[in-house]
Amino acid sequence: MTDNQKLIEQAAAVASSAEGLSSQASDLALQISTAMAADASGGTPFFVMGLTVFVLACFVGYYVVWRVTPALHSPLMAITNAISSVIIVGALIAAGPVEISPSKWMGFAAIILASVNIFGGFIVTRRMLQMFSKKKK
Amino acid sequence: MPITVSLLAYLVSSVCCIMALRGLSGPETARGGLLFGIIGMALAVLTTLMLPGVQSYGLIALGIAIGGLIGAVIAKKIEMTALPQLVAAFHSLVGLAAVLIAAAAFKNPEAYGISEGNGGEIHLGSLIEMSLGVAIGAVTFTGSLIAFGKLQGIVTGKPVVFRGQHFLNALLGLGLVALIVLLCLSGSPLFFWSIIGVSLLLGILMIIPIGGADMPVIVSMLNSYSGWAAAGIGFTLQNNLLIIVGALVGASGAILSYIMCKGMNRSFFNVILGGFGGETATAAAGAQGDRHVKVGSAEDAAFILKNASSVIIVPGYGMAVAQAQHALREMADHLKSEGVKVRYAIHPVAGRMPGHMNVLLAEASVPYEDVLELEEINRDFSQTDVAFVIGANDITNPAAKKDPSSPIYGMPVFDVESAGTVLFIKRSLGSGYAGIDNELFFYDNTMMLLGDAKKMCEGIIKAFEH
Repeated sequence: MTDNQKLIEQAAAVASSAEGLSSQASDLALQISTAMAADASGGTPFFVMGLTVFVLACFVGYYVVWRVTPALHSPLMAITNAISSVIIVGALIAAGPVEISPSKWMGFAAIILASVNIFGGFIVTRRMLQMFSKKKK
Repeated sequence: MPITVSLLAYLVSSVCCIMALRGLSGPETARGGLLFGIIGMALAVLTTLMLPGVQSYGLIALGIAIGGLIGAVIAKKIEMTALPQLVAAFHSLVGLAAVLIAAAAFKNPEAYGISEGNGGEIHLGSLIEMSLGVAIGAVTFTGSLIAFGKLQGIVTGKPVVFRGQHFLNALLGLGLVALIVLLCLSGSPLFFWSIIGVSLLLGILMIIPIGGADMPVIVSMLNSYSGWAAAGIGFTLQNNLLIIVGALVGASGAILSYIMCKGMNRSFFNVILGGFGGETATAAAGAQGDRHVKVGSAEDAAFILKNASSVIIVPGYGMAVAQAQHALREMADHLKSEGVKVRYAIHPVAGRMPGHMNVLLAEASVPYEDVLELEEINRDFSQTDVAFVIGANDITNPAAKKDPSSPIYGMPVFDVESAGTVLFIKRSLGSGYAGIDNELFFYDNTMMLLGDAKKMCEGIIKAFEH
């Protein structure tokens, strides 16, 4: 009788510890799955995304630029020059913080250079395009 | 502004930049395209200003004001003949800005979120992208400065060649790769600055052996590089806008270089290796001999032109040097009022940058419908009474079609000799920019008009009026 009771108690103890183990296992599984989900959404290296965008943009550029009429190749160079100065975005971030640092001054210098290009590039493009006129009637 | 909104704003900005290039497919839509470009740029700047890390607005406004003022003044004052120099100078600024931004990111990676926590090490991927961006930027910077110097006449337009040049360049290139690897392994600032130094040197050495005649290719190539540099910075900053615009600009410059190379029947590597146009000048000079050349006056030319029913004008860079485009257009107007059909034929490599000649003619208010490209007009020379060559030489040289030993053999040229009469304005009977003799001068239907292009046009106009 006592032996039997002991056996039942032991079985119950094993069962409860097994239950604890399984709940721990499921916890672990949950943790792994959330970790994996995080890795899939925010954790993928930007490089792959960026490369995808880069390659597709090269194709867009290829097809758009071949459609540019040869007569407007000079304005094309001037305007691409202006828009490549979109790197001013990086300069603004560098010059953005309030604290004074070498980075900030480099950013400031880059802002000046890029602005010369943006204003100069767009204005010279406009000057060129204004010259292209139709026959006077 | 939440991050999603600024990312979407960057996307709109990228689309605007694509539309800007798309607009250049025709002169009517081009101005709309320009507007798109300006909107895209403004949107990009405004979005960045609203990012949480960007706070020192006073300094930023000052920088934009200084740069904007300088840029505006230069762009308003520049002569259209000096356009290639201007573009080269602008490219160098993009290159230098890219170097500065990469350096700023290297010194302060937390601002761009590319390091492990605060003050930690920069991610390996970011280091690779950063070193590529900074290397291309530095090559663009010094390369464009040399190109600017050559176009402006500060640096000699002749190719500067020395023994072991290619070997040295290859060595520097390999050294650059090694430095990038070392930087990625150690992250030491020493290697970062060395990459900048070697790239700056490489930029100078790459452009210095290239002759003035090849500058259109080089200016387009540097245009392309400035785009790739911007894309490299885009990878470093993890910003899709920069990657997209950089790729667009890079593709554009690459296509223009390809068109220019095709216009000269040279491979891109042949141009890059340099040395063209220096050594051929003396070799070809002996062939001139004492063959007969027909030389005419402005009055003779005026008589021939007046009695023609159709004229094709072939302008070259010499026309721009002599500032003859206005006198030329006036002359063409006279002919048109007499009922003569006047058209202009533009070679892809006429002028010092792609499309340069079109801009110069447009500046002299030549309507763009009258200006045609090589493939559009080349067949019409045989049905044309007069081909009027002004300031061009190599692009009319029949040797490119007939003489396999000629350095320009295979280059597409105008069939001017199939026109009834060829009027050829030239300062003297010397060779062209590529240093090659032109046998067209000795053809029976060629009449040489020796003298300054502008004075000759004015002389012809005067003869019309009498």
